[in-house]
Amino acid sequence: MSASTLIRAGAPQGAQPAERYLLAAEAWARLPAALLAEPGLALLALWAEPGMVHAAFLEEASAAVLLASAPAEGGRYAALSPVRPGAIRFERMIRDLWGLTAEDAVDLRPWLDHGRWELAGPMSGQPAALPGAEAPQPAFLPVEGEGIHQIPVGPIHAGVIEPGHFRFHVQGEVVVRLEARLGYAHKGTLSLMLGKPARAAAAFAARLSGDSTVAHGWAFAAAVEAALGVAVPPRAVALRGVMAELERVHNHLNDWGFICNDAAFAFPHARCGYLREGVLRACAAAFGHRLMMDRVLPGGVAPDIAAGGAAAILAALDAVEAEMPALLRIYDSHSSLQDRMVGTGFLDPDHAARFAAGGFVGRGSGRGFDARLRPGYAPYDWLLPTIAVETGGDVDARVRVRVAELAASIGIVRRLLADLPAGETLAPLPALAGEGSALIEGFRGECFAWLRLDESGVIRGLFLRDPSWLQWPLLEAAIAGNIVADFPLCNKSFNCSYSGVDL
Amino acid sequence: MLWPRLARALVGRPLTDPAPALSQPTIAALGERLAATARARLGRSLSIREIDSGSCNGCELEVNALQNVAYDLERFGLRFVASPKHADVLLVTGPACRNMAEAMERALACTPEPRWVVAAGDCAVDGGVFKGSYAVHGGVGAVLPVDLLIPGCPPSPEQLLEGLLALLEAEAPPRRATP
Repeated sequence: MSASTLIRAGAPQGAQPAERYLLAAEAWARLPAALLAEPGLALLALWAEPGMVHAAFLEEASAAVLLASAPAEGGRYAALSPVRPGAIRFERMIRDLWGLTAEDAVDLRPWLDHGRWELAGPMSGQPAALPGAEAPQPAFLPVEGEGIHQIPVGPIHAGVIEPGHFRFHVQGEVVVRLEARLGYAHKGTLSLMLGKPARAAAAFAARLSGDSTVAHGWAFAAAVEAALGVAVPPRAVALRGVMAELERVHNHLNDWGFICNDAAFAFPHARCGYLREGVLRACAAAFGHRLMMDRVLPGGVAPDIAAGGAAAILAALDAVEAEMPALLRIYDSHSSLQDRMVGTGFLDPDHAARFAAGGFVGRGSGRGFDARLRPGYAPYDWLLPTIAVETGGDVDARVRVRVAELAASIGIVRRLLADLPAGETLAPLPALAGEGSALIEGFRGECFAWLRLDESGVIRGLFLRDPSWLQWPLLEAAIAGNIVADFPLCNKSFNCSYSGVDL
Repeated sequence: MLWPRLARALVGRPLTDPAPALSQPTIAALGERLAATARARLGRSLSIREIDSGSCNGCELEVNALQNVAYDLERFGLRFVASPKHADVLLVTGPACRNMAEAMERALACTPEPRWVVAAGDCAVDGGVFKGSYAVHGGVGAVLPVDLLIPGCPPSPEQLLEGLLALLEAEAPPRRATP
């Protein structure tokens, strides 16, 4: 029996729009073997509730999302990591947060739990108090060989970036193995959202990863709307599209500049920073917040775009568009820059496919998945954006995907603003029970949200998955064999979120 | 392509904004005071080490924006440095996640005196929306001695700039670590 058939044989739970099937523990235990035989079923996320494990899959051929659950009898469930490497960190997280153990897992070292919370299994329903417990030393995967030495970096880095520890095993100048240790930014976001009404919890989704505040806010809102069967006003749909594309533009400009800067080429950094500042100021003029935080709410968008906001946005985007060709020519014509970009940080397309990497990481290595088109959602169902795919797999390919998306996003914003529907921007939310999920394409890939509301509209179960979950492990693969000095370049070309995966 | 642009930039107007428009006289006054106080204490400039104690990265975006050409932080004698050992100011964002507390304390221990700690952003002020979580201390002040709070979610580059300049205005001598 194929894995998708096995899942669909479970009991449907009434989730919208993607159905969730409840499997017996015995059926879940047959999943790993079935998944091995069905490589086209990608793992999107793996999470838990007390006594229950959940997984989200994507059928690559049809772009259908499939949710599966099973009881974790005796606190144990069958691991998916032997057949889906992307599951490794999820399984480690599940053990840290919910206290459930994956049997036959590839790796069961702690992940988010550094031994400093003063309790164990904070979301397990019965967290055990551990006051004053000594934090254990982290264990890193061993490397053997002649002349191998370690370089520990972080959690505080030299640049203004998020906290995380990188352990390099190096032979001469060459990185033999990189292992990231994250979790430093763990804020207990999910547990803070439980028990709150959907509108109140939206502030946390907006702060899962500040650079993707619109995308995560939208994914969370869309999951709530799916659970409650709420129709979003057309004006709000269009404004969400505008904000999401502006978020893509300002982040891609930022990344492009910083990547060049990490190759010690400051000019594009200065120019991109200036253009991005124009975009952020236009966002503030139009939506009252430079990053557009807390503007996407379950039920729509609030407040409405300000008078004169559209003109400010269009002017800022005109400036970006006018300078793009010159910047690209400079990027292309400097061999000192190209020498650093081309061939550096090669991500094998096979790896990208195995991890189902989204965003520019996947699309830079030939995986042409974009949630805006497939499964697709409004307003992209009529905008039909062109999807940039590169096959080079190196830093340069990831830059070129960004540059192509910059141009495409500018076009989308113009089309949306040219024909903005009139009317309300926020629909009321009924107090109903329901379960919903959503897949929304942020600038770095698809943001997944799943939640369950009770009769009073309060969140009882929840998971938010940043695309970085499936991209961080690939950074470790891409840096292998490169020189240490190219790590900042590779890291910035991936630009994974720390906060987004630290929860 | 590059050289003609650089040459044009030499004779063109700078892209840098004038100092924040909302309080032009204040900023000018602060600028003068910066010259006096900073020179006396630290020799004309303040070196800032940014520490993310577990923010959502919104604050980092704005701290980075503060360094773009529109704000041009260095004209005020303020600059970001790569190590706390080179810093006069620790600019700390985030709600002080428990997983970051030891790193924060170690960074402070590496920072030579006189030094200031600035908590930037609503999370850093009191934990913000993350207040009460098992995983945070709820504000930088719970881990480090804080000299200045800059609220905002995230604080805009202008707010950050005003806060940093105001720091130099402070009458009190810089905080000394208790022996």
